[in-house]
Amino acid sequence: MHGVFFLAACVSILAVGLICLFLFINGIPAMSKIGLFDFLLGKSWKPSDNIYGILPMILGSVYVTAGALIIGVPIGILTAIFMARFCPSKLYKLLKPAIGLLAGIPSVVYGFFGLVVIVPMIRELFPDSKGTSMLAASLLLGMMVLPTIIEVSESAIRAVPNSYYEGGLALGASHERSVFFTVLPAAKSGILAGVILGIGRVIGETMAVIMVAGNQPRMPQGLLKGVRTLTSNIVMEMGYAADLHREALIATAVVLFVFILLINLLFSLIKGRGKE
Amino acid sequence: MKPINQQTLRQKMMAYRRSPLSFVLFLLVSLSALFTMAVLLFLIVYILIKGLPHLTPELFAWEYNSENVSMLPSIINTIFMTLLSLLIAAPIGIFAAIYLVEYAKRGNKVVKVIRITAETLSGIPSIVYGLFGMLFFVIALGWGNSILSGAFTLAIMILPLIIRTTEEALQSVPDLYREASFGLGAGRLRTVFRVVLPSAVPGILAGIILAIGRIVGETAALIYTAGTVAEVPSSLFSSARTLSVHMYNLSQEGLYFNQAYATAVVLLLVVICINSLSNFIAKRITKG
Repeated sequence: MHGVFFLAACVSILAVGLICLFLFINGIPAMSKIGLFDFLLGKSWKPSDNIYGILPMILGSVYVTAGALIIGVPIGILTAIFMARFCPSKLYKLLKPAIGLLAGIPSVVYGFFGLVVIVPMIRELFPDSKGTSMLAASLLLGMMVLPTIIEVSESAIRAVPNSYYEGGLALGASHERSVFFTVLPAAKSGILAGVILGIGRVIGETMAVIMVAGNQPRMPQGLLKGVRTLTSNIVMEMGYAADLHREALIATAVVLFVFILLINLLFSLIKGRGKE
Repeated sequence: MKPINQQTLRQKMMAYRRSPLSFVLFLLVSLSALFTMAVLLFLIVYILIKGLPHLTPELFAWEYNSENVSMLPSIINTIFMTLLSLLIAAPIGIFAAIYLVEYAKRGNKVVKVIRITAETLSGIPSIVYGLFGMLFFVIALGWGNSILSGAFTLAIMILPLIIRTTEEALQSVPDLYREASFGLGAGRLRTVFRVVLPSAVPGILAGIILAIGRIVGETAALIYTAGTVAEVPSSLFSSARTLSVHMYNLSQEGLYFNQAYATAVVLLLVVICINSLSNFIAKRITKG
């Protein structure tokens, strides 16, 4: 039985190996056919003319992620502080499952919510915008990243020894000052890990972005204009793509995969350092 | 008499007057928490109000066609998909966790690699899983767009979740149990199956329920592996859309917004049920 358990444990190694193998085998040839630089830094994506540059999508992903973080990080961290240090225990019993629910709502439902609430709202506020835009995607993803940031930050704040907080109080600081200026700096690396985990979630999010971002394959032109991200590029065109076009889409996934691997590496580095 | 380690509201206000920054900080954290709650409440209430009136009995008809975009076939597909994925992932995940917790020696190189890969798996976006599933199960193994391809893809996706939660559940079983079992002359295997696993069941169950939530909500990994045919499947190799995929298709076609609202209501209710069930079980663990 020992062997059976061991084999089961090795399935995850096998899975990661297979995923890498199949993505790279199918994606790398396209990169070399198109030319790595033309592919990564090409400014236009026109499959009908055999032009495959994914810079617009890379920038789209980066901008949307940045926008989501601007909204999600402050609110997420402040909510985590509230839950760890300010919340009365009765309210906590309500708040904690609520955060869990926020994490559990499927991304299609979020996307649909964005489509019927956020998009029309932007259209109303800015009449020259179509509504489906970078702003809509950032707002929606900012909402979606909240539970990830809150959960990781809260446990980081709770992990800080209580003596830090009490020391602050003993020196005459108020409850708020003590939490913000002694506990929070001590929880810094844990909170950072949460933010990085959040970045991974946002970059990888697909369905919600597709529904609200507009998905025009061109260089991002502003907050109120549509963008296409790496993830939505794959889903939008995979259904009918063939030959080099298809391979280019798989290569897009390879780029996304490498991004995620780097983010994961960063996450485990920071988490490991926090433990020491 | 008032305890001296508590502040009255008036004392608190006085303190805030002396230190306005504290008040600002207090306001900031409270407003943020309020905002987070408001977002959740608004989303749920909005979808319920808009969706419940459209939740008609016709939407649960046996046949899906363009006049009546029934969601019943998708619901049945979702149930099949969930069961099949769990059937694949749960034994592997639980066994893997047993190896990691009960058998592996400290400092083992392979264990380190296993942990790293499991962590990597949990960070991979669902669309990458979907693409891999399409390349491997659908094309390389020749299974086509089918429930089987979808279930295997999802099984890999939820594997790290099941491993992690099972590991935590096993670790929380006191060593006393194991020692007592060994002391009575039981072998390692018997100890695992007769003593450790039974007391870890609630924790494992909570993890599996969370995994069900992931499966029900998944869309991107399924579009190109399980396909979008809205019929009750005739075999493991027939294409089938789950409820989330169904909802995505409805909202993209643009003709069936009301039905999309209704589907969103069903999805939301399922997720709320799953989360409360998981919380309930988790609470029983901490009590017991």
